Amino acid sequence: MDMGSLRRLKALVIKEFFQMIRDPSSILIGIILPLILLFIYGYGVSLDADHIKIGLVLEDTSPDAQSFATSLTNSRFFDVTVGRHRKELDGMFLAGKIRGYVVIPSYFSAFRQRQDNIAPIQVIADGSEPNTANFVQNYVQSAWQNWLSQESISSDLQGLPLVRAQPRYWFNEQLESRNFLIPGSLAIIMTLIGTLLTALVVSREWERGTMEALMSTPVTIVELLVGKLIPYYILGMFSMVMSVVVAILVYDVPLRGSWFSLILVTFVFLLPALGLGLLISTASKSQIVAAQASMVAGFLPAFILSGFIFEIASMPWPIRTITYIIPARYFVSSLQTIFLVGDNWRLILFNLIPMIIVGLIFFTITAKISVKRLD
Amino acid sequence: MFHRVLALIIKEILAALRDKKARFVLIVPPIVQLLIFSFAATLDVKNVPIGILNRDNGEKSIELAQRFHGSPVFSEIVYLPSVDAMTPFIDNQKGVMVLSIDQQFSRNIDAGKPADIQLVLDGRRSNTAQIVAGYAARIIEQYNLDIAPLVGAKVQSTELVPRNWFNPNLIYYWYNVPCLVGVLTMLVGLVVTAMSVAREREMGTFDQLLVSPIRPIEIMIGKAIPAMIIGMAEGSIIVLVGIFLFRVPFEGNIFVLYMSLFVFVSSIVGVGLFISSLSATQQQAILGTFVFMSPAVALSGFATPIENMPQWLQYVTYANPLRYMLVILKGVFLKGMTLDIVLNNIWPMMIIAIFTLSSATWLFRKRLE
Repeated sequence: MDMGSLRRLKALVIKEFFQMIRDPSSILIGIILPLILLFIYGYGVSLDADHIKIGLVLEDTSPDAQSFATSLTNSRFFDVTVGRHRKELDGMFLAGKIRGYVVIPSYFSAFRQRQDNIAPIQVIADGSEPNTANFVQNYVQSAWQNWLSQESISSDLQGLPLVRAQPRYWFNEQLESRNFLIPGSLAIIMTLIGTLLTALVVSREWERGTMEALMSTPVTIVELLVGKLIPYYILGMFSMVMSVVVAILVYDVPLRGSWFSLILVTFVFLLPALGLGLLISTASKSQIVAAQASMVAGFLPAFILSGFIFEIASMPWPIRTITYIIPARYFVSSLQTIFLVGDNWRLILFNLIPMIIVGLIFFTITAKISVKRLD
Repeated sequence: MFHRVLALIIKEILAALRDKKARFVLIVPPIVQLLIFSFAATLDVKNVPIGILNRDNGEKSIELAQRFHGSPVFSEIVYLPSVDAMTPFIDNQKGVMVLSIDQQFSRNIDAGKPADIQLVLDGRRSNTAQIVAGYAARIIEQYNLDIAPLVGAKVQSTELVPRNWFNPNLIYYWYNVPCLVGVLTMLVGLVVTAMSVAREREMGTFDQLLVSPIRPIEIMIGKAIPAMIIGMAEGSIIVLVGIFLFRVPFEGNIFVLYMSLFVFVSSIVGVGLFISSLSATQQQAILGTFVFMSPAVALSGFATPIENMPQWLQYVTYANPLRYMLVILKGVFLKGMTLDIVLNNIWPMMIIAIFTLSSATWLFRKRLE
């Protein structure tokens, strides 16, 4: 790279930088939007079902049934509404005001006393929300198991279950979903800055015709691309540092790994994110199409196909295959590990390589398309 | 007046459908989203790889391990050679759970004594981990019921009978597709209206409209009605795709659904027009749409339930029309919800619609002065 090239690059970067600072939408996307998103994912999106509203139908009022009822109402996972008949709770169930109900049948205590019968407890969950239904079933199950253990101490009616499962949750003992949702959401924020902002800004230059003006100057295509990248790289890193500080200080997410690995991973992730933004804007040259395309190709995959909330293993195989070319997938996995586990270099390294490859592909295609335009 | 509004409506619909880019915006993203969302946005847990660390070589532990092979939830079961293999297995996300059986397991069971099993779970994915733990607990419970009489231990005297109503097999897209009717209708309704005024402003055709005999209120109506028609049409397509392609059961009344959809779309069009009056350029309109959309979807109960939010934030969700629409959609599709419960969810949307439409009109007029 000769001196002239460096000088041109510097001029481009300065021009781009001023443009960024003067444009309110850059500030909105780079600073305000990350804060809004962190707020939503920190408070609004939570998979911690600890106040599930359920009903309890006590058709049997014997001490046995009462004792089980107490163990349910004492559970920290449930807000229990108690009724005598199913009819009382059916309306609430249909309206979605309770997520399920537990029925202790009238013959509960009678069956319990007999050797040849096992007393049933019916657990009815609202399947119209499958995840919550799963949690209703699981939490009732664990409340029931606790009750069994307590009962076996106080009465000889009850045999202790032979095999008991003792779950241990590593890295996130309190099971706060915020601890992995916030690191994951940083990937979405970085995608927005890298892809949406870059796509909008560059396509605006095409729309207004200033891109052609730039191309008629001695600036080469590589210089032009690099000149666009540097300011947004800086903005991206700035937002990342800001978001991490907010995540740690405001949301108490533990950072068990090092800042160095966080910065490294972000630096590498911005490569494909910015690359995609450049590619979209170069291909579409219109702000509306660029915005829609970055939503469909950038934001949605980062949200849905990255494993941030939705489990990749549960997706059908064609979609599972697509996730391998989504850079956010590797970024989410690295971020969650760096925050909750620590610097696991083996995992980080295996995540860095695909991000670099995808990034290089985007840049190569962008450079190819742009060169053609000059002919 | 009627004449002028009608002319404006026809012009708007033609403008929305004629422009190639605008057509792309209306048609492609919702379809892509419907397909990706309904298949991929799933909190379902299946095909998850797990590990088993069996330090006991007795018959009882092998039988227990076999039962995990039989479950459709666990696709791949890796046998770990030693305790040391457990940490890298979980750390490197090779599997979400390790079932750890200790040396005494078979001996304890044969003696009729209780035995513990450790489930080590990856807390980085706490939702999946908890559901996996639930499945494991159910397998172990069934094992208990089968094994206890054989070794002469006392059987527990009660059992749980789990049932899921409205969706017995907990198929996730039965939940997803009805919700997407609301989410995608909102997206399209919002984009169409938010862009409409901003685009005319940017192109300068808005001034031409203003010098014509059309009054501002007529312009508003002329912008609102086409957007509502497009939004309702988009919603209908997704409803049809849901019923005929995805075969999601439709238990309720189609008339009730359309009544709710109409009120819902009105409230969304109000928000869209508000954003539109506020923004000077299309880019601002896009950003405004996004800034409204992401909290509205996140705080609707679509991705995660509203009960999980802190109480003060739950109050905020009362202002979100999507919240009510999702209850109606799930209710009408899966539960066969009756009109009285639906009405309870329609009137809040009606209030929101009146509020958004009138404040959009107010802002629109104010910006003209």
